[in-house]
Amino acid sequence: MLYPSTFAADPFALMRQMGRDLDSALGPRLGAGTAAFPAINVWQNDEAVAITAELPGIAPSDIDITIKDNVLTLSGERRAPDLGDTAIWHRRDRAYGRFSRAIRLPFPARDDQVEARFINGVLRVVVARPEEDKPRRIEIKAA
Amino acid sequence: MTTEMTAPDKRPADAPETARGGRIYRPLADIVERDGTVTLLLEMPGVAAPDVEIALENRVLTISGHAGTARPGRLQLVHAEYGEGDYERAFTLSEDIDPDRIAAEMKDGLLRVTLPRAEAAQPKKIAVRSA
Repeated sequence: MLYPSTFAADPFALMRQMGRDLDSALGPRLGAGTAAFPAINVWQNDEAVAITAELPGIAPSDIDITIKDNVLTLSGERRAPDLGDTAIWHRRDRAYGRFSRAIRLPFPARDDQVEARFINGVLRVVVARPEEDKPRRIEIKAA
Repeated sequence: MTTEMTAPDKRPADAPETARGGRIYRPLADIVERDGTVTLLLEMPGVAAPDVEIALENRVLTISGHAGTARPGRLQLVHAEYGEGDYERAFTLSEDIDPDRIAAEMKDGLLRVTLPRAEAAQPKKIAVRSA
């Protein structure tokens, strides 16, 4: 592996790059493979936070979303297809079992301000920020 | 040993660009066979049923899907663990798959393709006679 020597802006970039290369060389046992499931993306503005997660092949009824103060917990189960003992598995990339992830929100939320949608295997949870927690803009009066 | 699941991430395919500008991901796949029917299970989150294309040419089954974006309106992305993009993966089928009976179903981002083996190709038992 060749490492370019032009990391002028960030002296630690080379170290991080080597760390990533090491992770990928060690394979799924150590690196990305042990990543928490599901992978999430978080979206934010002053009024709300949205969390999207890819949960393909999981029935909406098997997904639980709970919220307490500022912690949103996403949990559920992906059931293995029921094919009986006679089935022969040729390839198995997908993982089955229970999962749980807790996500800290930047503000305490209430149940009635959470909206969840599940479309084509993508979960989208939008948490609205309570009115009293929103940043207020203070007008500056001219003298 | 925990019982909680961890999953391999979907990985970008070797050709990571499309004309639309997005990346192409290799969908994770399970292949399981039962009673003479091979079932493919492919994870393609964000893809609606009409956006899946399945083509069979010279025993190569190519499955591609165009994913819609889950971007919530007016919000900024502040933390990203997965990428969005289209999916593509090809499988070489064995000779004995009946091309006329291939069926596919898309549900909750999971594509299920059933590939029945041809009747004529079911294994025949050949008796061995002693001389």
